[in-house]
Amino acid sequence: MWLRYCPRFMIIRRQHIELSTSAQFVQQLNTSRRDRSHSYYDGVYHGHIQTTPFQKALLAVGSGVAALQDPYRHDMVAVLGETTGHLALVSLRDRMRNDPEGLTILTERPRIRLSTLDLKNMASLPDGSFGREYLRFLEDNSVTPDSRTQVRFVDDEELAYVMLRYREVHDLMHTLLGMPTNMLGEVVVKWFEAAQTGLPMCALGAVLGPLRLNARRLQSLFTSLGPWALRNGRRGRCVLSIFYERRWDQNLEDLRQELHIEPPPATLHPSRKT
Amino acid sequence: MAANVRCSNINRRRRNFLSHCVINMAASVRTFVRSLSRKNACFAAVLRQSDCRWFTGAAEDRSTHFGFETVSEAEKASKVYKVFENVAQKYDVMNDAMSLGIHRLWKDALLHVMHPQPGARLLDVAGGTGDIAFRFLDYIRSQQEKQQRRAMSLGQTPSWRDISDGYPAGGGAPESAVVVCDINKEMLKVGRQRADSRGVTTGLSWVVGDAEELPFNDDQFDLYSIAFGIRNVTRIDQALKEALRVLKPGGRFLCLEFSKVTNPVLERLYDAYSFQVIPVLGEVIAGDWKSYQYLVESIRKFPDQEEFKGLMEDAGFFCVQYFNLTGGVVALHSGFKL
Repeated sequence: MWLRYCPRFMIIRRQHIELSTSAQFVQQLNTSRRDRSHSYYDGVYHGHIQTTPFQKALLAVGSGVAALQDPYRHDMVAVLGETTGHLALVSLRDRMRNDPEGLTILTERPRIRLSTLDLKNMASLPDGSFGREYLRFLEDNSVTPDSRTQVRFVDDEELAYVMLRYREVHDLMHTLLGMPTNMLGEVVVKWFEAAQTGLPMCALGAVLGPLRLNARRLQSLFTSLGPWALRNGRRGRCVLSIFYERRWDQNLEDLRQELHIEPPPATLHPSRKT
Repeated sequence: MAANVRCSNINRRRRNFLSHCVINMAASVRTFVRSLSRKNACFAAVLRQSDCRWFTGAAEDRSTHFGFETVSEAEKASKVYKVFENVAQKYDVMNDAMSLGIHRLWKDALLHVMHPQPGARLLDVAGGTGDIAFRFLDYIRSQQEKQQRRAMSLGQTPSWRDISDGYPAGGGAPESAVVVCDINKEMLKVGRQRADSRGVTTGLSWVVGDAEELPFNDDQFDLYSIAFGIRNVTRIDQALKEALRVLKPGGRFLCLEFSKVTNPVLERLYDAYSFQVIPVLGEVIAGDWKSYQYLVESIRKFPDQEEFKGLMEDAGFFCVQYFNLTGGVVALHSGFKL
């Protein structure tokens, strides 16, 4: 009966309020759900962490020390590469842009992961083809293409992709150069990458890696493998500019010739221990 | 009979109508008053907030903070669990690195203020890796030795009762004991490993439990401590009520937590250090940037000294006082259940 005496305008206003609050409630629910998915930690790309120059410097020093103390801390090596590699990444990206195939890669952004590789198809390729040799490399050394660390501290999105591509292409380097994943093979690939990319992390690895090799391997590194890697790194085409995913059936020797890489001077066999 | 049914129907309709009117009247009066006293934007926001709570009222839609992020209360507990699961192995190393070893002084100060005597029972909540528990046992032992030395210096030879109390199997005085309670199994695992490596076997037990819902009966413990744990609890008032419940009358509640720095210069330095250096340390030492980012943000979100004192008094503690350590970086709150 109170309603009978309630002025008309108050009824209308109340209905309007009820409608608007329910609409706003629905809107708030939707925006809060969206806001939750866009968490505070999302930077320029998924996994990006915004850092000040001071933090980058501190990270570079800290990760360098940590990587030296424990070389098996791959995440520290990765962080060192990201924080010190800005200039090298810029020059790499420019080289990729100047190359037509590299430009395709920068636009299409392919990823090398188990989910994107067709292993059965690659196993059926003839021996000596790039895809078959890559598969053989993965099996002989018991590695998987999925173990690469995420890029986090590079502030430009395109440069972050270049860094990621560099990491994913590392195993393909091993195949191209014919090097196993033992310590000597890794050092040789690091020398090649240092000459190719100019990343300070590669240079550091190239300088400090040999410290852990025994005399016989050091000799083979300095006399034959090392100079070969440096020579080919310097004059070879930019390895990041190759669209490997479309070249699985290409012959490995043809690919090497295209990239101006000489065949390896010695065949190294994969071993379980370094 | 038809007339009775009709009457009851009418009465029911009238009752429904009346209650409907009352609710509408209350709502209308409320909105009318609000419209008079606030601006439109604020009014709409307040109304939306209060009506939302009225519509839902579940934990999924009550929001709280997780560092500087806003999450629902249900999510916060699981996110905090994951943070401590990740950091458990390197927790002690990181504490030393981040606080440059000063956290040991803070925990020693907690024990000195607590001043436990032999026979006391301590519940250490969120005490995962056992720092407070080990210090408690050492303190009790040193107190016992002090008592024995004093007795001997006064020329008193121990009576047969004292000697028999000293035997481990014998009864007599209640043994001091500490119960370490933590919601996170990984932290407790690390704590147990530390206990094994120290050779501590008696007087210590490890319990998995939630500070908001402790698995203990009422009036069990003489002392309750929570060191650097209460800011991770979703509902602090609930944790304080539980603390009050499990303490004996006369029992003491002690809380060590990061708080507001009093000196402005020190505050700027502390903020710069927290946000610039600590996540980097977390990444380099523990391989986890985000957990340590959460740590420094959760410190900023925690109530300051006076607010927390107010929360303790609201929960029912008496004689609440706090001590600032290291210029307010850490505050030690103490209250009694009477």
